[in-house]
Amino acid sequence: MKTDLSPRLRVALYGLMCVLLIPFVFPTWWMVTSSVKPISDIFAFPPDLWPRRFDFSTYSRVFELQPFARQYWNSAYIAALVTAGTMVVSSMAGYAFARIRFPFSNTIFMVVLLGLLIPSEVTIVPLFQMFLRWGMINTHWPLILVPIFGAPSVFATFVMRQFFIALPGELEEAARVDGLGRFKIFWIIALPLAKPALGAVAIFTFLHSWNLYLEPIVFLSSTQMFTLPQALTQFTDAYGGAMWNVQLAAATMTAVPVLIVFIVAQKQFVEGLAHTGLKG
Amino acid sequence: MSDISQQKRPFWTIARKDAAAGYLFIAPQLIGIITFVLIPLGLVFYYSLHEWNVLANTFTFVGDANYQMLLRDPNLPPVLLASAIFSAGLVVVNMSLALLLAVLLDQKLKGIVVFRTLFFSPVVVSLVAWTIVWSFLLQANGGINGILQVFGIEGPNWLRTPTTAMISVVVVQVFKNVGLNMILFLAALQGVPKELYEAARVDGASRFKQFRRITLPMISPTILLTSIITIVGSLQVFAQIAILTKGGPGVSTTVLVYYLYQQAFQFNFFGYGSTLSILLFVIVAVLTFIQWQMRKRIVFYEN
Repeated sequence: MKTDLSPRLRVALYGLMCVLLIPFVFPTWWMVTSSVKPISDIFAFPPDLWPRRFDFSTYSRVFELQPFARQYWNSAYIAALVTAGTMVVSSMAGYAFARIRFPFSNTIFMVVLLGLLIPSEVTIVPLFQMFLRWGMINTHWPLILVPIFGAPSVFATFVMRQFFIALPGELEEAARVDGLGRFKIFWIIALPLAKPALGAVAIFTFLHSWNLYLEPIVFLSSTQMFTLPQALTQFTDAYGGAMWNVQLAAATMTAVPVLIVFIVAQKQFVEGLAHTGLKG
Repeated sequence: MSDISQQKRPFWTIARKDAAAGYLFIAPQLIGIITFVLIPLGLVFYYSLHEWNVLANTFTFVGDANYQMLLRDPNLPPVLLASAIFSAGLVVVNMSLALLLAVLLDQKLKGIVVFRTLFFSPVVVSLVAWTIVWSFLLQANGGINGILQVFGIEGPNWLRTPTTAMISVVVVQVFKNVGLNMILFLAALQGVPKELYEAARVDGASRFKQFRRITLPMISPTILLTSIITIVGSLQVFAQIAILTKGGPGVSTTVLVYYLYQQAFQFNFFGYGSTLSILLFVIVAVLTFIQWQMRKRIVFYEN
């Protein structure tokens, strides 16, 4: 089915894909180029695909208008903590559900899977009240604790479980004969084999944390504590109008580093995704 | 758990040690689910039976009053309609585009990895950054209307007209995330045994027929799984609405999650907000249940 493409069909396919690419690629291009246009050129007609004049002061304005470096740090350290924490919690739980026999393991697994059914949007009101009672409003705790231990990590646990289930049992048996305990078997034998699944979990978790929007606007109130998604929407002038070029400069700084990491590591990225337990 | 009958053995048999390790391993996850999912779910139901006045700091039991209010809320039918249109539009467009892209990327063409990378790239662009650029592009005097005007077309004010506002939020979300489903479909397509196509070709089946009779049934488990993920995901879409339209114009793009947020956190109606949360939960649960049931009928092949 794959080999017999005529030259004409080839050209047609390339053409089709190039047209389809426009809405995927153009917004990012437009974000980066518009971020260095002076405000007077930003709505110029006809639209400039390449800036006719450059104004890099937008980038320093981002840091003048908001504690943007601080906000960047907030997002980065929260995402790093959440990613590391989820990898620990989910790989352990996923391993236990897949490979350790203990009473009620299936029932408990079903209970944990409920997390997939109950998106955090459903529980945002009581979560707000709980964290209010615990004095954790306007701190980063809700953004760290809920993703690591709550509903968002269930998907990661599921992926890890699917991976560990497919692992051949002989390795563990051999380790057991050598007198290794469960924790050592997990740490020395199983976990190193699980690198692809862990990679996929790490990517998912990082992006999820990096993109969180509802939770920060519910839990955080001071600009010093804001995360990037929340900060990006705050670049407005005295009349509440959007300062587009400054906003787009901030957006570029948020998006481009992750994009570069992705392009460098895209093979592991995409294949990690495709070869986890997601296929059903 | 089988060796209780054996005497004179230490209490910590291998099986018992193993079970203890198992509980220890799942403890953080289980405690987390109880604390951050199950207890809050119970609380949200409890709150929904109360009238909660934050300013006066009163919390009074009102029985099903919030549910009565739900039934009489004039905003609810349009909100549910907007949610339904948004979710249905999103799932249909997302799944068909993902499948089309996956089929294209499955062809043996030079440089296909570059295309795959580019189609996937919006998935890794920060959600709010992506939404802000689209908001910028969709302004009345923004990039899209600028390009249309080059061709002599007068574009609408996309985000300020009900129909185009809905189309806009769907489209922005589709292009952001379709790459995920595309990759899952691509993996599924590449998993279809090639012999099936050879046999079909020998029988003289056309490409289209091969696609309908072989490809679609073989990848149906993936289609089902991605459709569940996409539908449940569509009910959680919040940032895009908040940034692009703030639910407007009117309530034309106010989906349930956004309405819930407004009621609970903008108007401080925590009791009624909780009732809306319960409604959201029921919808997610029912949709998931229906899709799992459909699996038995529609999914042809399961590995």
